[in-house]
Amino acid sequence: MTVQIQTADFDVAAELAAMRTASADIGAVVSFIGQVRDINDGDAVSTLTLEHYPGMTERALEQIEKEAKSRWEISGSLIIHRVGTLQPLDQIVLVAVTSAHRGEAFKACEFIMDYLKTQAPFWKKESTPDGERWVEAKISDDEAQSRWKQS
Amino acid sequence: MNIKVLYFARIKESVNYSTEDLLLPADVSNINTLKKYLASRGEVWAGLFDGKQTIRAAINHELVDDMMAINDGDEVAFFPPVTGG
Repeated sequence: MTVQIQTADFDVAAELAAMRTASADIGAVVSFIGQVRDINDGDAVSTLTLEHYPGMTERALEQIEKEAKSRWEISGSLIIHRVGTLQPLDQIVLVAVTSAHRGEAFKACEFIMDYLKTQAPFWKKESTPDGERWVEAKISDDEAQSRWKQS
Repeated sequence: MNIKVLYFARIKESVNYSTEDLLLPADVSNINTLKKYLASRGEVWAGLFDGKQTIRAAINHELVDDMMAINDGDEVAFFPPVTGG
């Protein structure tokens, strides 16, 4: 289980190769990459700046990985999230999960992303032709997270 | 008691600073009463902390609800709903 917060870009192929070859009992690698779009809410976006809460962010992401590991039989997990100012098409986040079989890895990867979206202290500010604005949290993200709640 | 308070994102911009050390009045004992205390500081503060806006709180890096007790030496953070990923 690894968590990295960084301004630098990341090499998905290298990260996945390292996870894939960590153990010969791994049969599945599932990954998600989030990237910056050049449009949001109908307005052109030229840059996206990500702020976070150093210390709490790492802790929140580690807790999410731990929860995923307790729910599914996964071998490894990786979360890399960038902060700072990014351009359209820049990579923002990589979540990758390895397991013996695909089902567990697919579920755990989606779970981690849904929780990251609603629990980890990151905030996006975007630059549009009308100036800078903070990105609003989406109800659909809360709904995506709540479907994982266990009764 | 003394605590450290951190502000993030739009809240940080509105109040114009990111962190402060606070000596709490005796009647401030949890997140809810701290929000009320902050709201009493003036117009900008009232606009943020009067309860109309959704503001999340964390104590010592853990998300908490409004009834969570605050202890001496705690690091309390206030921020808008998160938008990472």
